[in-house]
Amino acid sequence: MSDKKICAAFAIAGAFATAVALAETAKAAADQEKCFGVSLKGKNDCAAGPGTSCAGTSKTNYQGDAWKYVPKGTCTSIVTPKGKGSLEPISH
Amino acid sequence: MTTSADFDQGAFVRALLDPELPPPNELETPGGFPPERRFAVYRNNVCVGLVDALAERFPICVQLVGDEFFRAMAQCYVRAFQPRSPMLFEYGEEFATFVSEFEPARELPYLPDVARLEYAVGQAYHAADAAPLPLDLIRALPLDRMESATAALHPSTHVIASKHPIVSIWRRHMSDEKMGPLELDRGEEALVVRPQLAIMVAALPAGGSAFVDALRRGRTFGEAVNAASGVAADFNLTDCLRELLVTGAFVAVSVAH
Repeated sequence: MSDKKICAAFAIAGAFATAVALAETAKAAADQEKCFGVSLKGKNDCAAGPGTSCAGTSKTNYQGDAWKYVPKGTCTSIVTPKGKGSLEPISH
Repeated sequence: MTTSADFDQGAFVRALLDPELPPPNELETPGGFPPERRFAVYRNNVCVGLVDALAERFPICVQLVGDEFFRAMAQCYVRAFQPRSPMLFEYGEEFATFVSEFEPARELPYLPDVARLEYAVGQAYHAADAAPLPLDLIRALPLDRMESATAALHPSTHVIASKHPIVSIWRRHMSDEKMGPLELDRGEEALVVRPQLAIMVAALPAGGSAFVDALRRGRTFGEAVNAASGVAADFNLTDCLRELLVTGAFVAVSVAH
């Protein structure tokens, strides 16, 4: 193998390793979960029933029956002035 | 009713496409209803149906030029190009080229490539299913031998290199996101893949579409890098691979022993 060829192989291996790591990060960010009780007023992604049940309709900050998409695995570690985020609707 | 043997299909199609022509001679209508009027209704239905199909296939082009302009342009296309397949999703293959030669659309130089991207999206949607190669399997490959490896791309993979920012145009019409002004002369290379049920459209770095085309022809990664560098001297392999991995464009990689 010539020096040039070794160089090319090395560059391609490095690009692959970096690209896989970057793609994993991007995919993890795309994996989201519904998190109740963490969205600001009017910023919920959905569900603030009864009678509303759609995006942007929550009336108060951190409303327990309104949810927002957050990166997977982070919901219950989000702390708001009204308590922690929940994967189920909560009554404050 | 005439038999198929003495039925002149060519004359029928000509009369169907040109409202100036009389209805085909063989036409018989019940109850003495004027054949001209009945045939005009049929002619209109065929044309409107195909124009509607194009509007569904090219929704962003509709947004870019407006409904009225699009329908007038689509009507000209329908007269010039008839479906060659009974599957309507294949209709519109020549639409982008037609748009590039359509005089009234000259003011929008990016329109043909947006149409090309939209057609690719439709083809990707109907392409065969295949499971993308999981990232942990790719990481487990002998990466130092990737230079001589080849890849099988997902059947839905399409690339479109444009002199205009077609991916940015596509994105801002697909979402309500507020974005800054666009530089219309900044080229973008679009990657379209449908790994599962949803279409993914990404921007490849310059040279990326040459890279994908080379891999599609069975070239090795090393050869594909050379092809891409020939198009863009500053070809960024890491960015290109990242987009291909995120969109799930690889379904298999073969490493030579």
